[in-house]
Amino acid sequence: MIEVLAPLPVLLPLLGAAGALLVSGHPTFQRTLSVTVLSAVLAVSVVLLLVADAEGASSVSVGGWPVPLGIVLVVDRLSALMLVVASTVALGVLVFAVGQGAADGSEETPLSIFHPTFLVLVAGVGNAFLAGDLFNLYVGFEILLMASYVLLTLGGTAARIRGGITYVVVSLTSSLVFLAAIGLVYAATGTVNMAQLAVRLGELPEGTQVLLQSMLLIAFGIKAAVFPLSAWLPDSYPTAPAPVTAVFAGLLTKVGVYAIIRTQTLLFPGGALDDVLMWAALATMLIGILGAVAQSDLRRMLSFTLVSHIGYMVFGIALGTAAGLAGAVFYVAHHIAIQTTLFLVAGLVERQGGTTSVNRLGGMARRSPLLAVLFFVPAMNLAGIPPLSGFIGKLGLLQAGVAEGSAAAFTLVAGGVVTSLLTLLAVARVWTRAFWRSPSQAPAEDTAAAAAAAAAATLRPRATGDGAASSDGEASPDGGARTALQEAWRRHTAVATATEPDLPPAAGAVRALRPLPGTMVGATAALVTLTVALTGLAGPLYGLADRAATDLVDRTPYVSSVFGTEEVP
Amino acid sequence: MTPTIVLPVMIGGLYAAGVYLLLDRSLTRVLLGFVLLGNATNLLLLSTGGPSGLAPILGYSDPEEINDPLPQALILTAIVITFGVSAFVLAIIHRSWRLARNEAVGTDEEDRRVAARRAPDADELDPDDLDPDDRAAGHADSLAGDLDDLADDVDLPAGSGSR
Repeated sequence: MIEVLAPLPVLLPLLGAAGALLVSGHPTFQRTLSVTVLSAVLAVSVVLLLVADAEGASSVSVGGWPVPLGIVLVVDRLSALMLVVASTVALGVLVFAVGQGAADGSEETPLSIFHPTFLVLVAGVGNAFLAGDLFNLYVGFEILLMASYVLLTLGGTAARIRGGITYVVVSLTSSLVFLAAIGLVYAATGTVNMAQLAVRLGELPEGTQVLLQSMLLIAFGIKAAVFPLSAWLPDSYPTAPAPVTAVFAGLLTKVGVYAIIRTQTLLFPGGALDDVLMWAALATMLIGILGAVAQSDLRRMLSFTLVSHIGYMVFGIALGTAAGLAGAVFYVAHHIAIQTTLFLVAGLVERQGGTTSVNRLGGMARRSPLLAVLFFVPAMNLAGIPPLSGFIGKLGLLQAGVAEGSAAAFTLVAGGVVTSLLTLLAVARVWTRAFWRSPSQAPAEDTAAAAAAAAAATLRPRATGDGAASSDGEASPDGGARTALQEAWRRHTAVATATEPDLPPAAGAVRALRPLPGTMVGATAALVTLTVALTGLAGPLYGLADRAATDLVDRTPYVSSVFGTEEVP
Repeated sequence: MTPTIVLPVMIGGLYAAGVYLLLDRSLTRVLLGFVLLGNATNLLLLSTGGPSGLAPILGYSDPEEINDPLPQALILTAIVITFGVSAFVLAIIHRSWRLARNEAVGTDEEDRRVAARRAPDADELDPDDLDPDDRAAGHADSLAGDLDDLADDVDLPAGSGSR
């Protein structure tokens, strides 16, 4: 049965994407198709998880090629669990996006492109989780990155292009580092099959091992946004449409974390770079959360907490013990759900309040109590208030750190507690300002993004003067060209910064109360319920994470699932 | 097999030039840098195939004499991916040019704004008059102010103004 099911999380979304592209003229049919496909992926993933948990790891050779030659898909507890969580939040985000598209029309998010691209993204994520060889992992990354480029720059507004450029260039660099690392791994071992690598990499000289390991960790560290490779994330995420940011925040960085887990456990189990990872985790946690405290834009604040909490997972991985890995796996599952939910809530807040600037918002709790609850529960969960799942995940990691007992581990434990407190501070600031105070107390001061949006309207008429400016340049080539150039640059920065005091206060127009579409609220509420349910199901889930971590430390389940009982060549 | 010096030198040169171009603010140079880096990586993959040999076609030559086919398959995949991404980056450059007559990598304005914000003064905090720290926030250190410095600072593409 597993032979049939394992390729489906990749195949179904890809075929669904093709179908969705074909029927792009019929929005209703397209929406139904993509929601159906993702539901099917979720069902398949759940079955895979049940099978993997009952019978242990298993593998499928795609196309029936003999094992070290062909492409192998491996389903073990970790990858199946990741698949289930990922497809759940992807489905939630898709329903949210459908609701948004139905309410807005196709102006902000061109649906005919959104649905196929979203499905391709899910296929890439699934492929990355299932990949049994390094090159297939690379292909999975490229599929999801390509889709994410398109999603991030959807609509092609100036802000999205600016944020998208950073993201694209950084992602390209990480892909090239990864590809070069694959080349070197192949040169050193003669294989890219991960199960075979698990045996062969250990036979290499120590220096070669450290070089290969650090190249892979750098490539995955960029994707997972581990400090000091994290600066791109808060720059590029907040500009995208709400559903896109939500799914990116939930899934893309976690694919990087998943790849780091595989690198540290399966490929290089010696723990050679654990100390480096420890300090990187500490810096990620603290610097990320200090950034979050400083922000006054809700989405940027959430982006910084996203970076910060990656540190917890890296901490668990760096411990290298089964307890640490179990904590990390549980935290990944928890964090995918929670971060996606919070970004969706931020999208709802933006609809309701007209802005995500915490300084401008006010009185949201009175205006929309439901929205307030939808924000409050996951926000407290993120900060780690007992008894929610964030608390359980953090507690597990801290216990693992104390059990490990080294000085570095205790420093990390202290850092984790401080980060948790500062997270509480950051979300509490949002709560008291955006939700709790009365609207009259909200000053008119603004974030650059909101100001740029207001300024764009006033600056747009000048854009029609382009032709005139350039013909001036031809008339007097000495000064004219420079003037035209400066004029263009002035327009660009004016749209971006928009700090001129004479701009009309757009507060009245922006503050207009828009009703929240039921589908969007429903999808968000479902995900909030899921995050609360994670608390109730924490026992079984943590048990599963424990078993997955034991498999990871043991390594033989993964290797023998690919090669069976025979000797690894 | 005698080791060849040509491939490592080529790879190193391409990597150096690629990284240099990638660090530029102009997007066209970034794209060129990416293409160079991609080619360098492809050459690196090619060199992992070991000693050169005959074409790896079944029945064409002895298995002992053929070159390792796997790196070539990997390179083919990588070339396709590089091609697709380059096309996308070109589209972004075009879009950026259409929008702002500019194809330099922009600054994160909100980041600048947060960095330039004045720290709150405890004496000014008044419970009746909430959040003075926010209200007194400074403007972004506006780029438009020192436009001349900026035009020199940001590496605008040569000749782009006289089109």
